[in-house]
Amino acid sequence: MTYRVGRGQVLRALDGVSLAVRPGEVLGLVGESGCGKSTLGRCLLRLVQPSSGRVVFDGTDITTLPERRLRPLRQDMQMVFQDSYAALNPRRRVGDLIAEPLRVHPAPGGGRRSRADIAARLAELMDLVGLPQAALERYPHEFSGGQRQRINIARALALSPRLVVADEPVAALDVSIQAQIVNLFMDLRDRLGLTYVFVAHDLAVVRQISTRVAVMYLGAIVELGEADAVLHHPAHPYTAALIAAVPEPVVRKEGLPPPLRGDVPSPIAPPPGCRFHTRCPVVRDRCRVDPPVLHALADGREVVCHYPLAGE
Amino acid sequence: MVMSVLRRLGQTLFVLFGISVLVFLVFFATPGADPTARIAGRNASPETMARVRVEYGFDRPLPVQYARMMEKLFVTRDLTSYVNRGQKVVPEILEAAPVTVSLVSGAALIWVVLSVAMGMTAAALRGGWVDRGLMMLGLVGISIPVFWLGQVVNLVTQSRYHDSWLFSWVPGLGYVPLTEDPLGWFRALVLPWLTLAVLFVGIYSRVLRADLVAVQSEDFMRTARAKGLSPVRVLLVHGLRTSMITFVSLFGLDFAQLVGGGALLTEVVFGLQGVGRLTYQALSNLDLPLIMATVMYSAVFVVIANAVVDMLYLFLDPRVRDGR
Amino acid sequence: MLLAVRDLTVALPIGGRLVPIVESVSFTLGAREILGIVGESGSGKSVTSLAVMGLIDVPGARVSGSVRFRGRELVGLAPRAYRALRGREIAMIFQDPMTAFTPVYTVGRQIDEQIRAHQKISRTDARARTVRLLGDMGVPDPERVAGRHPHQLSGGLRQRAMIAMALSCNPALLIADEPTTALDVTVQAQILDLLRGLRREYGSSVLLITHDMGVVAETCDRTLVLYSGLVAERGPTGALFAQPGHPYTAALLDSIPPLHGPRPARLPSIPGSPPAPAERPAGCPFAPRCVYVQDSCAVRPPLVACGEQDVACVLPAEGRPLPPRFVSEMRA
Repeated sequence: MTYRVGRGQVLRALDGVSLAVRPGEVLGLVGESGCGKSTLGRCLLRLVQPSSGRVVFDGTDITTLPERRLRPLRQDMQMVFQDSYAALNPRRRVGDLIAEPLRVHPAPGGGRRSRADIAARLAELMDLVGLPQAALERYPHEFSGGQRQRINIARALALSPRLVVADEPVAALDVSIQAQIVNLFMDLRDRLGLTYVFVAHDLAVVRQISTRVAVMYLGAIVELGEADAVLHHPAHPYTAALIAAVPEPVVRKEGLPPPLRGDVPSPIAPPPGCRFHTRCPVVRDRCRVDPPVLHALADGREVVCHYPLAGE
Repeated sequence: MVMSVLRRLGQTLFVLFGISVLVFLVFFATPGADPTARIAGRNASPETMARVRVEYGFDRPLPVQYARMMEKLFVTRDLTSYVNRGQKVVPEILEAAPVTVSLVSGAALIWVVLSVAMGMTAAALRGGWVDRGLMMLGLVGISIPVFWLGQVVNLVTQSRYHDSWLFSWVPGLGYVPLTEDPLGWFRALVLPWLTLAVLFVGIYSRVLRADLVAVQSEDFMRTARAKGLSPVRVLLVHGLRTSMITFVSLFGLDFAQLVGGGALLTEVVFGLQGVGRLTYQALSNLDLPLIMATVMYSAVFVVIANAVVDMLYLFLDPRVRDGR
Repeated sequence: MLLAVRDLTVALPIGGRLVPIVESVSFTLGAREILGIVGESGSGKSVTSLAVMGLIDVPGARVSGSVRFRGRELVGLAPRAYRALRGREIAMIFQDPMTAFTPVYTVGRQIDEQIRAHQKISRTDARARTVRLLGDMGVPDPERVAGRHPHQLSGGLRQRAMIAMALSCNPALLIADEPTTALDVTVQAQILDLLRGLRREYGSSVLLITHDMGVVAETCDRTLVLYSGLVAERGPTGALFAQPGHPYTAALLDSIPPLHGPRPARLPSIPGSPPAPAERPAGCPFAPRCVYVQDSCAVRPPLVACGEQDVACVLPAEGRPLPPRFVSEMRA
């Protein structure tokens, strides 16, 4: 799947992003607020129309596909959102909410699904996400945040999609619950052979679940590669700073590294040259004028930096 | 800031132009009806008809008719009512306008002051008997019909108890111009002011209380208290200004529609020759030029008031200034 | 001792009856110390901090126990006396600096306001101090920032301004309620750095409320772990993270995905979710989710010493403390 997007008039939420999601992998998208990771996630499912570029899903260019022809493909691509409560209509029972996509989309052989088929599928989904069957008769507000996220996952899985884009699915959850949901995502991938694009700001969560990681800054990918390579030996100074800034639940004797200075610049007027040069601790003159391009390093990962820290 | 004000002014002028065209079209370009006959009035003689047709250019294309009409309204101001024996329309409105503006401005001052005081008190003492009492009072104010209240006030002050020491100062019904006799103006209007204000005091105090109570749970109100500010200061400085948005919007609309003729009932009850009453007369006589003129007049007020409200927003909320 | 909280209980009326949100919480905070209060949502950590500030204003709420600040009892203090204390001797910063500033006034004006609420100084002097404070907090071009409205600043600048406001009257105690939760990690690191420096530069003690064990580990001298409105464990941060005494603390630490070292195939998670205050079990509140649960957990365990910590669990009392935590120290 190739993907390219960019050129908004005022604000380029994404600027010339290219990446491929391989079948069966978990691609983590990390970055700070405003880096465009959520926009990218939504572009993949065409919930946001890119102003230019292409999104190709399984050989079909879906960027300009009319909605009517996109609909059959939508069964294969589903999304899970951060706010588990806002994503669920509070006035409808959980069973109805999960059954909705089953009622709207035709059965695999064509035609509508029968009532019995839907009931059987609902029971199956409840088992998959670890909720009791009785949950189907209750309303969203009767559940805790973690359980509601399970409901959202069940709904996303109702049509047996192949690709699931999860946008900060555990960001609003407490740590102990977050671990349950991360495990659930991993179990479901193993059992159903799913492909995920996992959008999150939490590096540790992304490392736990991802096979590959794309680090984003100001609407562009700055580093892309195998999760362990990127997070253990970051090549881009931004990735390194991001990792260093994560507070870890370990009391260390030695002092903490000095934090990155300054704020993320406004995406409306990104800095010239390398986007990161205003905050980069190892900036050199060339970075201020000459924008680096994404290029592969010896170990196969890709980075947008003139002077990568590792991988060569 | 200056740019946004100028832009808003431009928009206002454009809207006014649009309204004038619309009003003109509705009154004079309705298909199948001869505007000449409607202007000339019922049972007009053929000579009158002919004169009207030439005077208003009804034998010419529509844009010319529109220009002629606007000229008569704003430049020569000699739009004439044929129903009402050749009365000039524009001076009639200009004569009625000060009465209405006096009535509505005084009432507005009273309702704003009273409703802010009531709303703030109720919000500060939320849940207590004072709060419940004030809000009940507001509800009573909303439910009293203004014409009934006016009649009762007149009954009490003009006839039944007029001779008692309490109401002997009340003058007879009617208007006294401010320029002639300020005290007389005040005495003539104070009861109409209060009567008209009652309904709005009820509405506005309840709206303000609701907004203030809603703002109480905002984070910045907690911050203000954490700073060690007194409850009064927290409510006045941090709460009131942020809860004025609904209040100001409502006020702009209500004030404009009242000045534009919406105070009809109060004007009639207290014998004030205002715009509302003029409109009412025009409608019952089917006096087309007068109707059009009053409609234009009230539209002007509503549009201007809206523009003023928008400017107030700019002042009240800096986020609006930045277009956020 | 700057602050001594003993048996603090806060009960709020829920569904017609008083439900204790926070029960018998006790802790102390010394001068120039940073104490972290950690817990998940609903653990009562924010309610605890608001109770110390005297800002619980729910009608019918009951605050009991003792909060002593510099030897002075704060529970039941007259509102006027409390007001003189708030903002001057105890200041507070909040989670979301966007909503915590009044949107219609400039940041500088709001800081001036706090200074002038507690000291008789002129507008110009107050503004001069505001600008100096902003500069001290690492705000570039502080004069200009003081004249800006909250929405015109970035999240990091807003939080710096918030901290400047809290420090404007040189308080002895700063309560920071999730001060970095709304911020990005790189900005969070800056703000935590700033908070750590406060005791050096201003001699302030900090009560840091957070849900993030990482923030606690990097910032606090001592830690108090709350679970469902009760103290689960408290003690020096180093000891608590090296060998947690309460199964909840241990499980919470385990459930955080590691950033370094080998990846676990599955994250150790805690089954179920914390009980609502009204449904809190009579015994140990963590018992229904605890892997070590046994019969004696049906009685609420008191805090007992366990190593350097105090732990509300029957295991140390029975001489079966938890093992030290395995931490991989691989860092890039």
